[in-house]
Amino acid sequence: MVEAYAMLDRADRKREADHPHSLVVRFPASNPLRLDAGVDFAPLQIAYQTYGTLNDARSNAVLVCHALTGDQHVLNKHPVTGKPGWWDTMVGPGLPIDTERYFVISPNVVGGCMGSSGPASTNPATGMQWGLDFPVITVRDMVRAQAMLLDHLGIDSLFAVAGGSMGGMQVLQWAASYPRRVFAALPIAASTRHSAQNIAFHEVGRQAVMADPDWRGGRYFAEGTNPRRGLAVARMGAHITYLSDAALHRKFGRRFQDRDNPTFSFDADFQVESYLRHQGITFVERFDANSYLYLTRAMDYFDLAADYEGVVANAFRGAPTRFCVISFTSDWLFPTTESRAIVRALNAAGARVSFAEITTDKGHDAFLLDEPELFATVRGFLEGAAKARGLPPARR
Amino acid sequence: MLTRVDHDLTMAEAARGPGGSRVDLLAVADMVQPGARVLDVGCGDGELLRLLETRGVDGRGIELSREGVNQCVAKGLAVIQGDADTDLADYPDDAFDFVILSQTLQATRQPRVVLEHMLRIGRYAIVSFPNFGHWRIRLQIALGGHMPHTDNLPYAWYETPNIHFCSIKDFRQLCGVAGAEMEEAVALNAWGRRMRLKMPWWFWNLFGEQAVFLLSRRG
Repeated sequence: MVEAYAMLDRADRKREADHPHSLVVRFPASNPLRLDAGVDFAPLQIAYQTYGTLNDARSNAVLVCHALTGDQHVLNKHPVTGKPGWWDTMVGPGLPIDTERYFVISPNVVGGCMGSSGPASTNPATGMQWGLDFPVITVRDMVRAQAMLLDHLGIDSLFAVAGGSMGGMQVLQWAASYPRRVFAALPIAASTRHSAQNIAFHEVGRQAVMADPDWRGGRYFAEGTNPRRGLAVARMGAHITYLSDAALHRKFGRRFQDRDNPTFSFDADFQVESYLRHQGITFVERFDANSYLYLTRAMDYFDLAADYEGVVANAFRGAPTRFCVISFTSDWLFPTTESRAIVRALNAAGARVSFAEITTDKGHDAFLLDEPELFATVRGFLEGAAKARGLPPARR
Repeated sequence: MLTRVDHDLTMAEAARGPGGSRVDLLAVADMVQPGARVLDVGCGDGELLRLLETRGVDGRGIELSREGVNQCVAKGLAVIQGDADTDLADYPDDAFDFVILSQTLQATRQPRVVLEHMLRIGRYAIVSFPNFGHWRIRLQIALGGHMPHTDNLPYAWYETPNIHFCSIKDFRQLCGVAGAEMEEAVALNAWGRRMRLKMPWWFWNLFGEQAVFLLSRRG
């Protein structure tokens, strides 16, 4: 399957929203997705990838939840960018989430733009892209849709749910909403609620998109424009929050880009400027601006305690799930204090929880990067859980 | 400087019983009922939790050192990074059957508060510690005129994490203050052998190198 993607020509971002290069399930109007916004959404489409083989007992399924700008392409070549999958260091044969042992399912979230229903999808009622007519969605809606996918696949109980950042929020929501369906949960660099500072960062990003005249009130598809500059600026700002001062300094310092002296202009004199511009430009090639608005909003609304009388621990009371919470020392977007709050709540709920803080200077994005300590922790945790679940040991 | 984990490993060299487990950990483990829910505070590299898991115990751990935690989690143990002095307050009452503090009491800032939390969180508390009343330690201070240095206590005074040493006699006094009922006590001599129960306390305090106490909440 992975090879097949290598053969494909680069797909069009717009086409990908309706006809993705991945598996797809379409739920008819008789099976709507009930949204927190009070809407029954139908017809619902979910695009997903699977890796590995489901065992006869259907007990080895691992759900991988992607972050804000991720998608279902965890370890295959990306159909739009041609780049490797976003978690191919963590998921794969012999890797911590071992596709030789586990059946990995990775759906694109509702509200995304890679084939699951979202603002870039075609509204069947109008034949036009949904745009801002798409209902506002929440992390809980994403998880409900994923539960529908699992029902469709005939998987009653997941061996594990794993994800970082917004993916980690989905992991926590899974454990809260469907405790009996989650054997092990791995929320990485996550939080039980989006902080005021993070909502503030998201608002800056959204305003950058909406300030672009090409955004056209969200109707840019119909008007044949694309708010590239706005979305690129949003990405540049957000990208800074995914790194750390130390990492930026180590990578770029104050070095100049292809020049020895300042130009006394507003060119990208510094390497770090050039890097951010590149991040912005490549992002717009693959991501939908409205989808960015919807997904940042979903994260902003995430507050697990709010659904449980203001006490996070109530969300996990009596949960049979075993948890492994992981944070990174240099992550200032989802700092260790947020993960500690998760751990405190899980302890108060009497849940079985492990917690490790990984030492790294790579910031929030460390969960996507080559961090041997992270890999060892995830591998050890899953190995222990697999033993408890009665899954056969690794072949190697 | 030696970390807590290194310290545990240093001690591990000292005395091991049949099966290769440290004798002080065996003494602790023998006090735990099979199938019990256990919290090991200051669990180091997880050796005691592993030993307990082989006995069907549902074990959790707290460990201060990051490398200790990561070693434990990589072994599949349910361990969190945390500090006995600050994080025990987060646990609800009666969350565990046993709360264990193994070779950690002397490194806490507030031993009394820690012990009180242990008695609140668990039905039983198990505390093991090096006995500062042991004759060799007394001798080093009295005749050598310097802070004691033994195989179990390898640190120089200026870099030791152990800031609250006590003797068996001192610990019994703490139990009185903290509202702990003594259920069982074991002393281990310099060779890791258990000392006979019939001995008087003063004898334990002089010849016991380590002590293990099983406590419950009074009343």
